[in-house]
Amino acid sequence: MIKAILIFNNHGKPRLSKFYEHYTEDTEQQIIRETFHLVSKRDENICNFLEGGLLIGGSDNKLIYRHYATLYFVFCVDSSESELGILDLIQVLVETLDKCFENVCELDLIFHVDKVHNILAEMVMGGMVLETNMSEIITQVEAQGKMEKSEAGITGAPARAVSAVKNMNLPEMPKNINIGDISIKVPNLPSFK
Amino acid sequence: MALKIVKGSIDRMFDKNLQDLVRGIRNHKEDEAKYISTCIDEIKQELKQDNIAVKANAVCKLTYLQMLGYDVSWAAFNIVEVMSSSKFTYKRIGYLAASQCFHEGTDVIMLTTNQIRKDLSSPNQYDTGVALTGLSCFVTPDLARDLANDIMTLMSHTKPYIRKKAVLIMYKVFLKYPESLRPAFPRLKEKLEDPDPGTDAESHLVELLHNRVVALISLRRCDFFAVKYLGLLAMSKILKTHPKSVQSHKDLILQCLDDKDESIRLRALDLLYGMVSKKNLMEIVKKLMLHVDKAEGTTYRDELLTKIIDICSQSNFQYITNFEWYISILVELTRLEGTRHGHLIASQMLDVAIRVKAIRGFAVAQMATLLDNAHLLTGNTQRNGICEVLYAAAWICGEFSEHLEDPMQTLEAMLRPKVATLPGHIQAVYVQNAAKLFATVLQKHEGETESQAAQETSQLLIDRLPLFVQSANLEVQERASCILQLVKYIQKLQQKNVEVAEEVTALFAGELNPVAPKAQKKVPIPEGLDLDAWINEPPSESESEDEKPKAVFAKEEPKHSRSRHTEVDEKELARRREVRKQEQANNPFYIKASPSSQKVYDAPGVEHIPVVQIDLSVPLKVPGMPMSDQYLKLEEERRQKEKAERKKEKKKKREKRGKERKADSGPESEEDIAPAHQVDIVTEEMPENALPSDDDDKDPNDPHKALDIDLDKPLADSEKLPVRTHRPELLKSPAEDRDSESVPQETKKKSGKEKKEKKKDKEKDRKRSKEEKKKKKKHKVEEELLESQPEEAVQSEETKEAAAPPTSTSAEQEVCVLMCVCLQEVTAPSSAAAAVDTSSATAPESEPDEPKDTEPEDTKSSKHKKKKQKKEKEEKEKKKKKRHHHHHQHHGDAGGEDSVQNGTVEEEEPLPPMSNYSLLAENSYIKMVSVYDIQGNHQDESKVVVSVIFENKSDSFLKSMEFNVLDSLNSKLQRPEGAGAHDSLTVPFQLPPGVSNEARFVFSVQSIVMPQKLKGTLTFIVKSDESSTHEKLDFKLHFTCTSYLITTPCYSDAYAKLLESGDLKGSSLRLEGINMPFHHLLARICFHHHFSVVERIDSCASMYSRSIQGHHVCLLVKTSDQTVSIDAKCDEPSLLGNVLDEIKQTFSKC
Repeated sequence: MIKAILIFNNHGKPRLSKFYEHYTEDTEQQIIRETFHLVSKRDENICNFLEGGLLIGGSDNKLIYRHYATLYFVFCVDSSESELGILDLIQVLVETLDKCFENVCELDLIFHVDKVHNILAEMVMGGMVLETNMSEIITQVEAQGKMEKSEAGITGAPARAVSAVKNMNLPEMPKNINIGDISIKVPNLPSFK
Repeated sequence: MALKIVKGSIDRMFDKNLQDLVRGIRNHKEDEAKYISTCIDEIKQELKQDNIAVKANAVCKLTYLQMLGYDVSWAAFNIVEVMSSSKFTYKRIGYLAASQCFHEGTDVIMLTTNQIRKDLSSPNQYDTGVALTGLSCFVTPDLARDLANDIMTLMSHTKPYIRKKAVLIMYKVFLKYPESLRPAFPRLKEKLEDPDPGTDAESHLVELLHNRVVALISLRRCDFFAVKYLGLLAMSKILKTHPKSVQSHKDLILQCLDDKDESIRLRALDLLYGMVSKKNLMEIVKKLMLHVDKAEGTTYRDELLTKIIDICSQSNFQYITNFEWYISILVELTRLEGTRHGHLIASQMLDVAIRVKAIRGFAVAQMATLLDNAHLLTGNTQRNGICEVLYAAAWICGEFSEHLEDPMQTLEAMLRPKVATLPGHIQAVYVQNAAKLFATVLQKHEGETESQAAQETSQLLIDRLPLFVQSANLEVQERASCILQLVKYIQKLQQKNVEVAEEVTALFAGELNPVAPKAQKKVPIPEGLDLDAWINEPPSESESEDEKPKAVFAKEEPKHSRSRHTEVDEKELARRREVRKQEQANNPFYIKASPSSQKVYDAPGVEHIPVVQIDLSVPLKVPGMPMSDQYLKLEEERRQKEKAERKKEKKKKREKRGKERKADSGPESEEDIAPAHQVDIVTEEMPENALPSDDDDKDPNDPHKALDIDLDKPLADSEKLPVRTHRPELLKSPAEDRDSESVPQETKKKSGKEKKEKKKDKEKDRKRSKEEKKKKKKHKVEEELLESQPEEAVQSEETKEAAAPPTSTSAEQEVCVLMCVCLQEVTAPSSAAAAVDTSSATAPESEPDEPKDTEPEDTKSSKHKKKKQKKEKEEKEKKKKKRHHHHHQHHGDAGGEDSVQNGTVEEEEPLPPMSNYSLLAENSYIKMVSVYDIQGNHQDESKVVVSVIFENKSDSFLKSMEFNVLDSLNSKLQRPEGAGAHDSLTVPFQLPPGVSNEARFVFSVQSIVMPQKLKGTLTFIVKSDESSTHEKLDFKLHFTCTSYLITTPCYSDAYAKLLESGDLKGSSLRLEGINMPFHHLLARICFHHHFSVVERIDSCASMYSRSIQGHHVCLLVKTSDQTVSIDAKCDEPSLLGNVLDEIKQTFSKC
């Protein structure tokens, strides 16, 4: 079982947190802090597995994480999950994000955390791995996106326009400046089609 | 309307959306908290608006704030609102928010049950998917129970997308509601074993494998360290099956301990645990000790420490050949500063010293040295857990003081002023054991003419103990003052030259046997002892909270479970020892640990134990050089020697026997290593006749424990998954509806045996030649239906809208029939039968075999009813014959049959037929007969279900029937979601001429203390060959107070208690001129007013009922001549008044 999925940046700011067990908000923040502390002090060139996070579950659990550019993707799992499987899942998640956001960067995650949640929901359900096939995930995510659009219909149009205008005023909107620095570098992998 | 939507969306444009919120937070880095609090205020405003889009937007923002650590549980209700939006966009937002912040403690979660059920059966697969995803995060035991059936249906959904999710979520459902596992297992198994799972599952697997391989390659390329880690992980798995092959990599693994990556080091440690053998234990531990010295960072060092202890102590010290070595290791470990695991070392010391008798002398010497050097350990007690070992040291020195070289010196060490800085529980042990040492010293010196030493010891104690008497710790103080007085008294005796040593020693006589940690659990419960029964009246809730046991002893205490007995007051201890000895002596089954008491240490077995001679100057110096190395050397030498000796012996043998097996020069096998000491490890004590079982090895916190269920046992009826119906016990199938046939749900799930019974019933029916053929046919159809049932049964729904498309594809099923499913799945057989009784009034036909009963014959449609009724009669008869209170499961019968039984258990006279149905309205076209049926309140609302039988009296076809009721403030007709307050409900069937059918309507009722009348109208279209007209029929629904009562059984003692409680208010009623047998009277009250008989004595009976809102109603009915007096009590006087009025009315009619 996956106990929690955390995405935070190099400074420990949470970008997404998904807990599959209930904790109070305070404990959740504490877990995020602790996890960040554990993960961030580790060298880049040591393994991606970390045992003995004190807060979630205790000794049976381990943290499996990957570090991409400015973001840490951390999965807290128990002993029933395969380490490689989860490492692979992280890769699939990042690649899927990359496809869905077209060159994903941290700002995408900052502004569209709801979308990230929706994508994640197609991959992991209640702490269990649901789907690892990227094309299948993307198909389902897009189908739901389409549904959303068709529901918005005409009434959604003005809102979209306003939102577009709002975004235009923003110099720091994602993807216009300095993408190079912040974009997550997806390692060059064979595609999964 | 359209304008409103547009306006709403324009408003919405100026609300902050999620992106604006995020942007705002980023722009207010200095005063983020303040900014967010204004945002939350805005969100609260938005949540108050009616526009669901605005609400959804607000909830979306809350989800983000939740991630930042803000509590958003206050918006739980709004989240539910957004979840129940019909638009997917908003629904998804709602479910996401719910999955992020709902949990078992969220109270609104129970409001979601219906919504989730609706979404699960939505025709849109993504609605279903989103509901499943959400549910997987916040499923509670209640939700799991209520929805298990719906989810099970989804496991055979047409879309693989849903099937996949449904199968996964079943796991969560099982965890929360383990009872569902057994009924669901066959289908789950079928899903998992499906030979043709569709190409998707297979390709899924292939894809997965492919991904794995690719991932591995990518890992190899960039994450070399992952491979190392995974390699170690794999090794630990191989180790379980092929320990030998891994053990050869010992050096490699030991090398990993030097790795800079902590994860790898920890993995390697884990592996070592499984790799030790008698042969390599010392070596491995030596390496580990080196690492302990090197290790920086206390976490890793502590980890090392626990691993060393784990490795050594595993499976009852299996691998330890030399306990002196182990004690030295433990002593060396005490030099670790700042470790948290002092208590671990301490418990090991105690364990070894108690259980390995041969080692006691050595252990005591070591402990004495530790005590002497206590100042080294107590550097600063605050952060130093290591001082815990002094606890063990003091206890061992005291308990086994006869082994001490110089007890006087140890006693002195234990009474140093510095001791007062130790934690209280350690001081307490010091004081207690000082007394034991004192006893030893006395014994040693008694008999000597020069009693100077003994006197000095007494003086020492008298001088030093006052320090402890002043201790703030209660335990220390109490013991110290006790012992101080004792010593003072002894000193007096000593001055008179009285010999006291014997008596003082007797205080501590006896031996402590090690008790297995599981021993307590294993004590068999004596027959007839119920541990769960209250001895006294249970305390009230509020009290129990105050009386929570407070920690009497120091908090650290629970850690030393083994040594806790020392803290029992000494006399008590002595007494217990005495008792125990006595018991053991008298118990022939008890195997005594040793024939003689330990104190008299002259057991012949101990003398000849070979003790390796060690230069004492080395081992006794704790701060000096590590001595365990010496043991290693010694051990190696010893092995060499043994080997050599064995070789010699073998040579001799070989010489003798010639060429008998040559090859024996290979590596030493495990068995060849003889332990240095012939130690007998005392096994832990277990209670007599403790059952050997392995169940206590299971972790009680294991969430999967609940799933430990025997899946092969056949399903019991009680285990069936709850299906949502108006009456949970009954279910009617759509196909049967078409026939207007009502069959209790049980038939479908009936076991074969029950089926047979039913058949028998039917066979009896067949006597009636008139109906024989039809019956047979029907019977057959029924049987067929039995087989094809479950699917439809599952789909029952309370709301009357949109019945899910049925999976059964019988061409015969008409649309109207399908629509009936949702509305009409429940029809109690008794109600059908009773309805017939009513109609029998209009067209009676006497029945030959049952003169008192009547058989209706008005329409052909009632044939089935006849059958039903007959069946019931037969049942009744049977019951009477057997005089056996047969508990019937049909709730529907409860009002009729059960209560009738109540009155008739002891009576021979048959009862007159009774009916709950009453005529609602009638015109030339249609007749409405209704019964008021009650359903208990699940939440805050009380629901009343009204079953109405519509009977077409005309020659025309009746269709488009619409049922409407003018709601009152108190009672409202439940309409499907989205319908207006005045919309009428479509009756889900059409009526051909002469046919009748039943529909049910649910009303929500607030106050139940008053009877209610609701006006209503039924509109319908009468369609004949030439014309069709629109007709209407007005009616009045009368909700009596009686209809809010539920037949509830009550035991006489509970009944008496209820009356004694004094919460009930009384009222009474007198009925004159009642001319019927008493049991008929009771039966009538039972049947018409839903009471049950609690007790009946002659012409006096007590009765009980409960309202749907939990009011108790108690009746005492007495009769004499033709007068009946009823004394009644109820906690709601107006309800009682009305019920009594209604009872009066019932009897005035007859």
